[in-house]
Amino acid sequence: MITYLFDGSFSGLLNCIFRAYQFKDRQVYVTTRQHYQPGMFDDVVDVPTDDAKAQRVWVGLCRKISNSSQTAFYRCYLAAQPAAFQALFDYACYVFAQQRMVDKDYGHPAVLAVAQFAKQVGRAKHHVEAFVRFRKTAEGIFFASINPEFDVLPLAARHFRQRYADQHWLIYDDIRKYGIYYDLQQVQEVSLNMAQAGQVLDQYGLSKASITLDAQEALYDQLWKDYFSSTNIVERRNIRLQVQSMPRRYWAYLNEKSI
Amino acid sequence: MSERIREKLQILADAAKYDVSCSSSGSNRKNNNNGLGNSSAAGICHAFTEDGRCVSLLKILFTNVCIYDCAYCVSRRSNDIKRAAFTVEEVVQLTINFYRRNYIEGLFLSSGIVKSADHTMQRMVLIAKKLRQEERFNGYIHLKTIPGASEELIREAGLYADRMSINLEMPTEAGLKLLAPEKSHAEVRRDLGVVRNAIVQFNDERKIIRSTPKFVPAGQTTQLVVGASTETDRDVMWMAAAYYKKFELKRVYYSGYIPVREDNRMPALGSPPPLLRENRLYQTDWLLRFYGFQVQELLNEQHPNLDLQVDPKLSWALRHPEQFPVDINRADYQMILRVPGIGVKSALKIVQARRFGKIRIDQLKNLGVAYNRTQHFIRCADSPFQLNAPAPEQVRQMILNKSSPKASIAVAQLSLGF
Repeated sequence: MITYLFDGSFSGLLNCIFRAYQFKDRQVYVTTRQHYQPGMFDDVVDVPTDDAKAQRVWVGLCRKISNSSQTAFYRCYLAAQPAAFQALFDYACYVFAQQRMVDKDYGHPAVLAVAQFAKQVGRAKHHVEAFVRFRKTAEGIFFASINPEFDVLPLAARHFRQRYADQHWLIYDDIRKYGIYYDLQQVQEVSLNMAQAGQVLDQYGLSKASITLDAQEALYDQLWKDYFSSTNIVERRNIRLQVQSMPRRYWAYLNEKSI
Repeated sequence: MSERIREKLQILADAAKYDVSCSSSGSNRKNNNNGLGNSSAAGICHAFTEDGRCVSLLKILFTNVCIYDCAYCVSRRSNDIKRAAFTVEEVVQLTINFYRRNYIEGLFLSSGIVKSADHTMQRMVLIAKKLRQEERFNGYIHLKTIPGASEELIREAGLYADRMSINLEMPTEAGLKLLAPEKSHAEVRRDLGVVRNAIVQFNDERKIIRSTPKFVPAGQTTQLVVGASTETDRDVMWMAAAYYKKFELKRVYYSGYIPVREDNRMPALGSPPPLLRENRLYQTDWLLRFYGFQVQELLNEQHPNLDLQVDPKLSWALRHPEQFPVDINRADYQMILRVPGIGVKSALKIVQARRFGKIRIDQLKNLGVAYNRTQHFIRCADSPFQLNAPAPEQVRQMILNKSSPKASIAVAQLSLGF
């Protein structure tokens, strides 16, 4: 058993696959440098990230799996867990080892695991699309923050761009500390690290001290809360179902659940 | 002004909530005009209220003033409640502003009937038209067809709406005559027919002229109230199946009746809604639409009502031991779908996975089937040989003993005396 360490990027993961074939390593444990817990008898290899090699692996992989499986592969990567990386590595090795297309062989543990991780990530993306609550600032920008389980803002960007094509909006990932901003032309990533934060926030009029909401914002916020409570049927109370469909982690970001 | 609109919204949302249809799926409207919104094919639920139901659309009545006196309805004219009516502009502004904040997928507009059906329908069409044309709104619009509205108005509404619906309410004509003497199923059938014919016509035209406008792209739905009169599950489901077939409905909704007033024709005020029965009806509905079951197989003269303790598919399987066990590695897709505990997703996965090798029990468990139920009805590659299969009654007990949550809800429902 040999341990591969990579930097956590998608290219890095593909480089691990490249290396395994280059050195004919069959039993490999794949993890990121950040997640790695050193063990006494570990045989550790630090895999450098090389985009050219990654590209070769990706092209080869795409040749052997369907389009939907390519999406699943990328989504599984976004789960960003050692178990997911391991599943992807095993999956790729299995796909390359077989002559025929095996991306639907759900009897194989790695294939099934990739499908299941992809499903989890897809669900998180859907949660973002559902539970983002925009607030309108005085400058006319609609902004929201959210805490998705996985890094899914890049996946959700397309949905928001198509839907809110005629308004400026900003969605900020509270955990990963970056956001996506749409300026009526294109969606761009804005990361608010301390150096830039003040500048960017000022630019969009969003810094904590200076957030001024649109005059109508309080009214619609209140109307939505009213609507949320009037549309409830008391006789059918079923909190378990509510929590199951709307995980508690999002409640802090939903204005109808705040008091 | 804001106080008045708050009050209106509370009254008119409260009156609209008994309509269970909430889906925002099935449409394919794109945001091509650089306007606001599009529709997501699968629909999105933006919030869930304490009753566990989703909030997808802004579901409101245009007005709760009504000339009819239907016993099951909270807005009937003899009921002493606060009345209100929105203006067209108010509904448009509410929808747009909620939509822009990602609160909702669109608008669900229903209404009590003021003056006449045409008068009411006209206002509703006006709202939809304004949203589409002035606000360039491409989100979801669900319009209720007002029974008895003129054909021209219904056809105009269909040009703006994504989905239209009209409620049958009572599963039997006799039930409807008893509780809502002013309404009839014939009228509902006429309106459903108008929309169905127009959908067919527009689809035909689209084959020739690609730019033919959309007409009710997400189809029609209806709703049946269960538990208000004495209908059996067979009455309900046979009716639903017939309407699915005849009017190509996208959905039939089943709404467990919640008593809204004291009336000796209906359940007493305060009696709990038949939630479990409603759940079983939905399960049956799914079996009809996605699992290839015929309604006669599930409900017939010998079995006029569904078994509340076990789900309809399991109940069917227990009645048909001759069909089982099914060999997971050989049976065709349609038969795998009929095995209790296997859903559409798992069945597809099984069919795909078995092309690469025989499926074993451990793999089947990982694929996501409900193995507690499934195990009694299947053979895998490594299933142990069984000399004599247990009788259906035993199987039923074995499954129930490994407590399923539904069964415990049933007990709770029976014991909770409100």
